[in-house]
Amino acid sequence: MLRYALNRLVSLGLSLIVASLVIFLVVEVAPGDPASFMLGINAQPDTVAALQAELGLDVPKWQRYLTWVGGMLTGDFGTSYTYRTPVSEMVADRLWISLPLALYALALSTALAFPAALYAASRRGRPGDMAVMGATQLGIAVPNFWFAMLLVLLFAINLGWFSAGGFPGWDDPLAAMKALTLPAIALALPQAAILARVMRSALIDIMAEDFMRTARAKGLTRSQTLWRHGVRNALIPVLTIIGLQFSFLLAGAIIIEQVFFLPGLGRLIFQAISQRDLIVVESVVMLLVFAVILVTFLTDLAYAAVDPRLRRRA
Amino acid sequence: MFRRTLTALALVASPALAQETDLTIAIQLEPPHLDPTSAAAGAIDSVLYSNVFEGLTRFAADGSVEPALAEDWKISEDGTTYTFTLREGVSFHDGSDFTAEDVKFTLDRARAEDSVNAQKALFEGISEVNVVDPQTVEIVLSQPDGNFLFNLAWGDAVIVAEESIENIKSNPVGTGPFTFSEWVQGDRVELARNSDYWGEAPSLEAATIKFISDPTAAFAAMMAQDIDAFAGYPAPENLPQFEADPRFQVIVGSTEGETILAMNNAEEPFNDPEVREAVAHAIDRQAIIDGAMFGQGTPIGTHFAPHNPDYVNLTDLSPYDPEIARQLLADAGYEEGFSTTLKLPPPSYARRGGEIIAAQLREVGIETEITNLEWAQWLEEVFRGKDFGLTIVSHTEPFDIGIYARPDYYFSYDNPEFQELMATLTATTDPAERSSLVADAQRMISEDYVNAYLFQLAYPTVADARLRGLWENQPTQANPLAGVSWSE
Repeated sequence: MLRYALNRLVSLGLSLIVASLVIFLVVEVAPGDPASFMLGINAQPDTVAALQAELGLDVPKWQRYLTWVGGMLTGDFGTSYTYRTPVSEMVADRLWISLPLALYALALSTALAFPAALYAASRRGRPGDMAVMGATQLGIAVPNFWFAMLLVLLFAINLGWFSAGGFPGWDDPLAAMKALTLPAIALALPQAAILARVMRSALIDIMAEDFMRTARAKGLTRSQTLWRHGVRNALIPVLTIIGLQFSFLLAGAIIIEQVFFLPGLGRLIFQAISQRDLIVVESVVMLLVFAVILVTFLTDLAYAAVDPRLRRRA
Repeated sequence: MFRRTLTALALVASPALAQETDLTIAIQLEPPHLDPTSAAAGAIDSVLYSNVFEGLTRFAADGSVEPALAEDWKISEDGTTYTFTLREGVSFHDGSDFTAEDVKFTLDRARAEDSVNAQKALFEGISEVNVVDPQTVEIVLSQPDGNFLFNLAWGDAVIVAEESIENIKSNPVGTGPFTFSEWVQGDRVELARNSDYWGEAPSLEAATIKFISDPTAAFAAMMAQDIDAFAGYPAPENLPQFEADPRFQVIVGSTEGETILAMNNAEEPFNDPEVREAVAHAIDRQAIIDGAMFGQGTPIGTHFAPHNPDYVNLTDLSPYDPEIARQLLADAGYEEGFSTTLKLPPPSYARRGGEIIAAQLREVGIETEITNLEWAQWLEEVFRGKDFGLTIVSHTEPFDIGIYARPDYYFSYDNPEFQELMATLTATTDPAERSSLVADAQRMISEDYVNAYLFQLAYPTVADARLRGLWENQPTQANPLAGVSWSE
C-alpha cells in the first residue's frame, strides 16, 4: 500500500511541474499587456511604462516564472494586477462559494444516481429501467446552463420561490444554502445522469458474475445479493466517475456561476481572463490543476481501499 | 382560502414597503479596484462618481459642468491662472477636513512623472498648484485652456486625500454623499448615506451596486425583482417586454459613445479619401441600429454627441447609397473592389454590427475578413499596433474630438489644418467662439471621411416603476444616487 501511494505521489509532483510550465507559457504567449489594458485608450506611453514597473512586468519572463513558482511553494500566489489584493485571499473568498457548491451538487447527484441505478439494474429491461434510462439520456443531452435558465424561469421568475441569482454571504447559512440550491441542481442533474448510467451497467455486469450466483445459491434474496456483493464491486467505476465529476464541478461551474452571478472561482477566472489579470489566471488554473490531480490521487487510494488486488499490483 | 391568499400576498408585499430607503441597482461590469484616479475602467466611475468621490467641478445630469468642491473660481485676464474658492465645512469620510492641501496633493499626484492616471493628458497643461490658504487654491497653466473646468469634472480628477491614498483601491475615502461600506468581490459594492454631507442629504439610506455581466442573468434578476434597477441594461431585445410590464419603467438615454467604423488612414486603400467616402456611402446606419442594437441608437455623421448643444447633424454628407459608393471605388481605381480586415472587439455593437457592415460592404465589392478579438488583444493589435484595415469601436470619453489632432492615434488621421484648429480651440475661452470652432472641427473630419460614423450608443436603464431621479443620460460613466428616491 505504501509503495503504491509513493508511486502515485511522484507522478503527482511531476504532473504539477509540467502543468506550471504549460500554464505559464500559454498565458504569457497570448497577446495583450495587462498595463495597457487597465489604462485604456487615452493613456500615454510613459503612464503605461510606470504601471508596468509598478506591477513588476518589466522583468524578463523566465524571472517572472521562477518568482511565481517560488512564491507558490511558500504559499504566496502573487498579487492580482487589477484588484491589487493577494491572489490567495481572493481564491479563499471564492472557494467559500465554489467548494460548497461543488459538494452540494456532488451530494445531490450521488443521492439521485444511486437509487436510480439500483432501481434500474434490478428491473433490467422492464418499463422502470427504460424510464430511468430515458430520463438519464435526456439529462446527458441537456446542457447544464440551459437547464439553469429553465430553473430560473420557473422558480425565480414565475413562482418567486428563489432569487434569480447572487449570493447573500454565509452570515445566514440557510439563506446561503438556498441561494446555492438552484445552481447545485443545475450542476447536479447532468452529472447524476452520467453516474446513474455508469452505475447501472456496472451493477448489471456484476450480477452476471459467478460469485453473485453463488450468493444467491447460499439463499440470499435478489436484493440482498445486490446490496451486499453487487454494490461494493460496482464501486470502482463509480468512484472514478465521482472523482472526475468533483474536479469537473469545481472547475466547470464557470458558466453556471455566470448564469446565477455567483462570485465563485469560475467567475474569478472568467473576469481575470478578460482583464488580462495574468497572475490570477495562472495561479487559479494552477490551483485547479492541483485540486484535480489531488482528487485523482485520492481516487487512486480509494480504489486500493476498495480493491485489495490493486495494493499488491503496484 | 381566499383570505389566506391575501395574507400571503401582504407578507410578500411588506418587504417592498420596507425597502423604500434602500436601493439595489445593477451594472454590467465590476470595477477592477476602487481608485478612479489610476485606471481607465468606466466601471469604477459607475460605482463611485458623485457618490463617494467628488472633484472641484462635476458633470450635471445634462452634461453641463457645475461647481462641486470648488464653490467659485476666478480666471485671470490671460486665462492661465485659476483661483478656486473651496467649499467650507467639507470633510472626508474618515473625518479629516477637506482643504487646499488635498487639491494640491491630488493634482500633483496625477501629473507626477510616475503617475498611473489613465487620463494624464488632462493635467498636462498645469504648471503649478499653489495653496493660498486652506480654502483657496491657485492653479497656473502653461497656456490658456478653454477645457480646463471641463477636464476637472472627469472621474479621473476627483479629489483624494493623502491620508487615505494607500488603501484607496479597496477602501475609497472621499467627500461624497455616500460612504463606502463593503465590497464583496465578484458580487456587489455597498454604500451608506453620509450623514455629514455638505450638500443636500440623499434620500436613500443605503445603496447596493451589484455586478451582473450575463445578459440572461440580468433579465432574470430584473424580472424576479431581485434588483430595483439595471443601469446600462445589456439586452436591448428585452426592452419591449419591460416596457409592457407595469412593474417597470424603461429609460433610454444617450451616452458619450460615438460608435464608429474606424479606417486605417495611413495605409492603402484607406489612405485614399475617395475610398473612405465610398465606405461611408456603403453603410446603412439605420439597418445597423435596427439589426445590431434593436433600434436603440441615434445616427451620427461626425465624431460628436447629438445631445450636445454644439452638435452639427452631418449625416447628409454620407447618405446610404451603394451606387455612389461603387462609383467612388471605380474612380479610385478599385472597379473590382478589394479585400481588407475587419477586427472586432467584444461588445455586441461591434460583433453584431460587424456582421451587418461586412454584408453591406460586400454589396459594393469590399470583402472583409472578420476577426473577433478580446479587449486586451484589440488594444495590442489594433490600437497600439495599428495592424488593421477596419475596426468598430465606441469612443466613450466625453468631448473627445481632440483625438483627431493626434497623428499617432490608431486611425492615423494627419491633417495639420485640424491640429491647428484644435490648438485654437484649446486656447479659446469665449463660449460663442468655441461653439463655432467646434462646429468647424466636426465638419472638417466629416468632410474628410476620416472614419465612417455610425451611431451614438444608447443607454437603456430598466427600473422599478416607483423609482425617481436616476440619471437618464451618461455625460460621463456614472450613476449618481444622491437624487434618487422612491415615490409613493
